[in-house]
Amino acid sequence: MRPQPIEVEMRLGYGPRPGTPPAGGAEALLARLDGPDRAAAAWPLPAFESVAAEALEFGQVQRAARAEADAVGPAGERLRAMRRTRRAAMETILAHRLARAVEGDDPLRERLVWFWADHFTVRAREDRLRPAVSAYAEAAIRPHVTGRFADMLKAAALHPMMLLYLDQTASVGPRSRFGVRRGLGLNENLARELLELHTLGVGAGYGQDDVRQLAKLLTGLAYSLQDGFRFLPERAEPGAETVLGVSYGSWGPARIEDIEAVLETLAARPETARHLARKLAVHFTADDPDEGLVAHLAAAWRAHGGRLRPVYAALAEHPATWASFGAKVRQPFEFMAAGLRALGTGAAALAALPARARARLGFGALRLMGQPWEEPPGPDGWSEAAAAWITPHGLAARIDWAMAAPEALLRSGDRPDPRALLEAVLDGLARAPTREAVAAAEGWREGVGLILASPEFNRR
Amino acid sequence: MAYGAEPAAERPTAPSRRGFLRMTAGVGCSLAASPLVTPITLLAAPWEARLVVVILRGAMDGLDALRPLGDPDLAGLRPTLLAGPSEALDGFWALHPGLAPLRPMWAAGELAFVPAVSTPYRDKRSHFDGQAILEAGTGADVAPGAVRGGWLNRLLGALPGATAETAYAIGQDGLLVLAGAAEVRRWSPEARLELSAQARLLLAHLFHDDPLFRAAGDQAMEIAGRLAEVAADDADAPAMAPAVAAPAAGPAGQIAAFAADRLREETRIAAFSLGGWDTHRDQARALPRALGALAEAILTLKAGLGPHWGRTAVLAMTEFGRTARENGSRGTDHGTGGTMLAAGGAVRGGRVHGAWPGLSEGALYAGRDVMPMADVRAWAGWAMRDLFGLDRGLIERTVFPGLDLGPERRLVL
Repeated sequence: MRPQPIEVEMRLGYGPRPGTPPAGGAEALLARLDGPDRAAAAWPLPAFESVAAEALEFGQVQRAARAEADAVGPAGERLRAMRRTRRAAMETILAHRLARAVEGDDPLRERLVWFWADHFTVRAREDRLRPAVSAYAEAAIRPHVTGRFADMLKAAALHPMMLLYLDQTASVGPRSRFGVRRGLGLNENLARELLELHTLGVGAGYGQDDVRQLAKLLTGLAYSLQDGFRFLPERAEPGAETVLGVSYGSWGPARIEDIEAVLETLAARPETARHLARKLAVHFTADDPDEGLVAHLAAAWRAHGGRLRPVYAALAEHPATWASFGAKVRQPFEFMAAGLRALGTGAAALAALPARARARLGFGALRLMGQPWEEPPGPDGWSEAAAAWITPHGLAARIDWAMAAPEALLRSGDRPDPRALLEAVLDGLARAPTREAVAAAEGWREGVGLILASPEFNRR
Repeated sequence: MAYGAEPAAERPTAPSRRGFLRMTAGVGCSLAASPLVTPITLLAAPWEARLVVVILRGAMDGLDALRPLGDPDLAGLRPTLLAGPSEALDGFWALHPGLAPLRPMWAAGELAFVPAVSTPYRDKRSHFDGQAILEAGTGADVAPGAVRGGWLNRLLGALPGATAETAYAIGQDGLLVLAGAAEVRRWSPEARLELSAQARLLLAHLFHDDPLFRAAGDQAMEIAGRLAEVAADDADAPAMAPAVAAPAAGPAGQIAAFAADRLREETRIAAFSLGGWDTHRDQARALPRALGALAEAILTLKAGLGPHWGRTAVLAMTEFGRTARENGSRGTDHGTGGTMLAAGGAVRGGRVHGAWPGLSEGALYAGRDVMPMADVRAWAGWAMRDLFGLDRGLIERTVFPGLDLGPERRLVL
């Protein structure tokens, strides 16, 4: 079964952009993954190190401001300026993340970055590190989306944002010199999620002992804004640890190589292949995916030693990937990017709006649709279930955006006829009720709004 | 050690007559039971009791929220977490200071706790599986996620006269506990939808053939329309406006205020969730925020429900408890036995229910967690029996399939 070009664009990208040549099929989208990552260069994101440096300075200025009477001195002024800068940085991050999806020509790469960043979810525990969430994805996820899963796992699990988010920075070997002196000990959080979420999956045969042993093995990983990332052997639990029957380390000084080794082993486990094959199939094809497709992806994963690029090719070539077209609902960010593409506008138009409208159609809309920017509910990331998004209030927020955004973003000379837009954006996918509703709309605003609110536009 | 004796085992099989009468008052039995009458045509639930279920996501540390200060092993397990003032409730138990705002409710007999309870979920200690089992209400024989609907939805299916307005799932949370075959309302208080009449018609047409979009769209337009009417009525007749809760500060208060507004009308069952319980580190700093939100929600419900508070039970449940010992970073890791909080005028309050296993080395589950002494579903099940006058067998068959409710638990008056 050969998919329609529009199905490829919607399933593997962000849908069509009228006036731009179509992507040219799944092979073309896959081929772009092998070329240079032009979108990252065109719409840069802040580097983690610079966000961390600003966060460190923010803390210092905050302390100085507290010492000033009524916070009216130069430090208080500087603190407010830094907060404004950070808000502006967050707006730029959203604008650039949108631009990559809306205006870039490598949409599958953006979808994959989203998928894997969600798989390795982190959140900022403090406001001053909010810009670091995208910076983390840029450094730990993006370079590896077409490479080896093991490399992505190591980059993500050892990144400061993950160490902070899942409390690894607070975990100390209870029998280490540092632990004994300070009376500190283990924190199981990262160890558990590494097994349950990041690699094997909760259904795999690991137990509490494996969690505990892995937590001991992970001790020594440290991060602070002052000192950056360090491996501190004096905080590491002495001796060897056994995870899933394999022993790591010895009574010599603890080494980060042992942690990298366990991550390599976990990445190579067949349970991991199966877990991630299913997760990819769920994200790209159906909440309840075809078992043949899952098996096909897992086989490709194992055959290529966890290299990801061939797994994506396996996804594109399997008929079940296309047979379930329409089963998935676009998540809010994807919906927003697809909407901007459909309107032929871009992130710059959104950024040019007055502050209130910008907030309402950007961060505010994502929040109301149920996807507050970079604030997923937990380390398992965003829900994949269609019913989690198409709730009464979630759909109300989509309708609201669909009706308000076109008018706000397009000048009267740039406003396409709704009937023509329907053909350009849904290209034969539109059902009769949608055509009828668009044709019967009271005006341009409602006509275009109905297209973007339609089930066909919200599904892929 | 045992704290409080378990009630003697008994198996009443007859439905509670008092509850049955309460439930059927005001509506004919045959009408309520007839499958030919679509629920939506019934105007209001024919009973007055109200149930609010709060899912505490992230695993609340019950041992810190309700501290067994009289347990000789507690201090050794919690060297730093017990610092600061506790609110003594009796010679054994004390409240975390974060729950101090609820102290008057305890004194009024409207606040109760059930420590050392759990779902049947054991050993893997995954939040996500733990919550799936808590909300599905399934037993150890069912794999996590295998049952898609929640127990509160199955309760709804068992209540004669339930309408679409009877139950509300509130907030952005999907609330599996209320998902299922019975129709429920879902809304988040900050949502808005202002449409012309023509746009509403066209949207209904647009969504008509897609069941997911049709259900959500119809509800969105109906709820938004109804809320707009209520707002207009309140504006027209301020003197007639119901006594609403004081302006709510946080998101928990806003959700609870919305719940109270609905529960004053036709709604009888509401569910929402509160997060922030996963206190792996610096628990002394993190937990007060979560407890404060819970206290705010409960106080907002009480204020907003007014005279209906007397017939209300709020049950706050979490997926599991946390380790009895503090971990190495002044927090706690995932555990097993947890604590349920119950509040409301219908609650047999001012007491700690159930049995306490103690915290000695040998009393802990797997040497690390609070030992569960009862299935949290049994406590919820008896509460529903007493609130709604349901038959015990119906709860064991339908609401919590396969559960033996065990001895009567008198959590609800």
